[in-house]
Amino acid sequence: MPTTKTKSRTTRARRSKPAPQPAIDYKSLPGPDDITRRVLPNGIVVLVRENHTSPSVVIDGAVKAGALLVPRDKAGLANFTAGALMRGTENRAFGEIYEAIESVGASLSIHGGNHGTGFGGKSLAEDLGLLLELLADALRRPTFPAEHVEKLRGEILTGLNIRAHDTGSMASLTFAELTYPDHPYAVSTSGYIETVSALKRDDLVAFHRKHFGPRGMLIIIVGAFKTEEAIALVEKYFGDWQNPDQPDLPDAPAAPGPASIVEKRVTIPGKTQSDLILGVPGPRRADPDFLDARLGNGVLGVFGMMGRIGDAVREKGGMAYYAFSSVDGGHGPGPWRVVAGVNPKNVERAVELIRKEIRRFVTQKITPAELADNQSQLIGRLPLQLETNEGVAGMIASLEEFNLGLDYLRRYPGLIRAITRESVLAAARKYLDPDKFTLAIAGPE
Amino acid sequence: MKNNVYKARLKNGLTVLLKEVHAAPVTTWWVWYRVGSRNEATGHTGISHWVEHMMFKGTRRFPADVLDKAVARDGGVWNAMTWIDWTTYFETMPADKIDLGLRLEADRMIRSLFPPKEVASERTVIISERQGHENSPPFLLSEKVHAVAFHVHPYRHEVIGDQADLETMTRDDLHGHYRGYYAPNNAIAVAVGDFKTREMLARIKELYGDLRPGPSVPPVTRAEPEQKGERRVVVEGDGQTAYVQFAYHAPRATDPDFYPMVALDSILAGASSFNAFGGGTTNKSSRLYKALVETELAASVGGGLSPTIDPYLYTLTATVRAGHTVQEVENALDAQIERALAEPVSGEELAKALKQAKAMFAYSSESVTNQGFWLGFTEIFDTHEWFENYLDRLSAVTADDVQRIATKSLGVLRVFLVQLEPYANNKD
Repeated sequence: MPTTKTKSRTTRARRSKPAPQPAIDYKSLPGPDDITRRVLPNGIVVLVRENHTSPSVVIDGAVKAGALLVPRDKAGLANFTAGALMRGTENRAFGEIYEAIESVGASLSIHGGNHGTGFGGKSLAEDLGLLLELLADALRRPTFPAEHVEKLRGEILTGLNIRAHDTGSMASLTFAELTYPDHPYAVSTSGYIETVSALKRDDLVAFHRKHFGPRGMLIIIVGAFKTEEAIALVEKYFGDWQNPDQPDLPDAPAAPGPASIVEKRVTIPGKTQSDLILGVPGPRRADPDFLDARLGNGVLGVFGMMGRIGDAVREKGGMAYYAFSSVDGGHGPGPWRVVAGVNPKNVERAVELIRKEIRRFVTQKITPAELADNQSQLIGRLPLQLETNEGVAGMIASLEEFNLGLDYLRRYPGLIRAITRESVLAAARKYLDPDKFTLAIAGPE
Repeated sequence: MKNNVYKARLKNGLTVLLKEVHAAPVTTWWVWYRVGSRNEATGHTGISHWVEHMMFKGTRRFPADVLDKAVARDGGVWNAMTWIDWTTYFETMPADKIDLGLRLEADRMIRSLFPPKEVASERTVIISERQGHENSPPFLLSEKVHAVAFHVHPYRHEVIGDQADLETMTRDDLHGHYRGYYAPNNAIAVAVGDFKTREMLARIKELYGDLRPGPSVPPVTRAEPEQKGERRVVVEGDGQTAYVQFAYHAPRATDPDFYPMVALDSILAGASSFNAFGGGTTNKSSRLYKALVETELAASVGGGLSPTIDPYLYTLTATVRAGHTVQEVENALDAQIERALAEPVSGEELAKALKQAKAMFAYSSESVTNQGFWLGFTEIFDTHEWFENYLDRLSAVTADDVQRIATKSLGVLRVFLVQLEPYANNKD
């Protein structure tokens, strides 16, 4: 890394009379004084933040009904159920639901994941009431019309057929199976042709009746309206929701990493490029070393044009349009992985370059310049992440879901500055090993 | 100054658009060039996109590894995009750091190095990008549709370029293209965000004012002749999913007929947001969704319409649902086209198209990056006022206008059908 040279040159360039600009005040980021948090008597947590810069509003959130509650032979049930919620309710038929949403240029979607069923919507501020009313209808009073369950099944099956011929999706699916043996993360949340084909309407009805309820539900509203009015709307549409038998959503179990290199190839005829994913189970968001891992991952496969891995595989090797790494850090031990799309004849060479970078990453501390650059980036990008209503809503959701506290963004610069080269190396060594990982490759023969 | 947009033209021909937005401490800086795959000749297809990649390989003042890191270190994002009509570069940064974007774009407008070694390494990266596209059936469809729809106009090839040209173009070809099109008189600079217009303009003049104008850019003269009769194409591919695409010749952005076309698209296939950064709503209450997806013939259907310099395409694409045939989907699409030709759309449908457009506009003003995109994009094919007048123009559209454009575009110039046939049907 030619860091010394790099630094001096940028510094010199920077001195050439920059236009005077306002400095950023991190105290202006969302915090306890401008986010309102209210817990309704039935357990729903409502978080709202006003933003009057454009006449629009965003909602975000989740109910605690996820695929972790679904047995393997019913894989895809949570996702199928989520997709069916807007296909008909006690108050509106399918056509009426979407006519109402689309007539005002709004959007609303509900999607099933491992740790919950999430929802997201967007509209002009004047239509927030409509959005919440439709959401409440879908979450509380779906009718699962048999005809629509079949229509939706057909659409999901078409999607699964497309997935079977998509190298990126198949590498991802295979990677999950290899990385999480006997763990719910091995199972596709979308399910499989055979499980989705076998699911019955009654399965959807039962899953909804049992697991959908106000306990643990989170709803975030960001946009151009008055806080108290927004909370009153949530109370109006969700305040009387009860489901006394709603069970707890379990935590994802721990996932031990592989003891050696575990590799699997999937052949998809007719393709010209191979996708490869290499990795291990990584930290949870709430783990104390998560931020160390995130910063380290920036050095490994993000910072600049995809970090050290992008530099080795894309820039120096000229082998890939994309080659990067990511660390999920969600509710459970989500993956820490490297993803690359390469010509089939370059797969072995790319894997060797990636292993070499991982070996360096777990044996040597990152450089002081790498630490400083990545600290600066993680702190400096906050204003951009928080520029849109979606960005703010997503951030508030994380603060709540991972118990980070409403003052987290104000504390964040301090937390990032406290990361050291040693703490990054410790996190790297805890999770990564150049001789112990799973590797999934999907491409032509 | 109109709608808070300040427009200027420097002596060297650089167009400057500035808009102050003080909602967040963020500023976006864009430099647009009037060059895209539209300006490419056979043998050099894909050259604009490749030049865009080379622009990240550094100048003497900002070597490649410095550029990335300098932007990232300050918490910024930057990227570039190449399309049929334009190539554009942007940095969105914390407002107090945007000067870096101004300086690096000024420098690389005229001082990019194009090192031969980097050209060689980027050749394989771009071929890899193309191969990634080839893995996707919609790309294969699009490539074929364009080649068949345009026999003369350079819109006929994909932005990524033909494999043969990617293998053979030289460093001198790339550098010549750069020298020919990258100059202040062929560029539009846009800033939106947390700055003071007077100070920003002064700084732009300081950094860009002395850049020498380049040669005038050769006009694109190969107009597409009127298509006589229908063209049909079948693409065979490996896979289990079939696709049907209808494509029609569509009016250019500055044609008054563009607005009824937008209304027609909205009614047939749902509102497009035209936006490189997403947005938009679902299309489950559109005519085609009801006719194709609700009837279980297709798993999805969508429309594609874009504002362009020259007349381009309007496409309707359906993913055939397992158990149904391409023919059934084609028939159902035909029936809807017939309906659009035979009877005027309703007042409610028009009102809905307008309300959807209003919402898209409200969403697009949320981020400075989006606003910067819109100002530059519209200036490429018209002026930024196109964006500001868009809702007024759309609200003036009548049912008669829509039927007239349907007859003109969907009737006379009805083009072709493409399908990616299921694997099982074309092997053995």
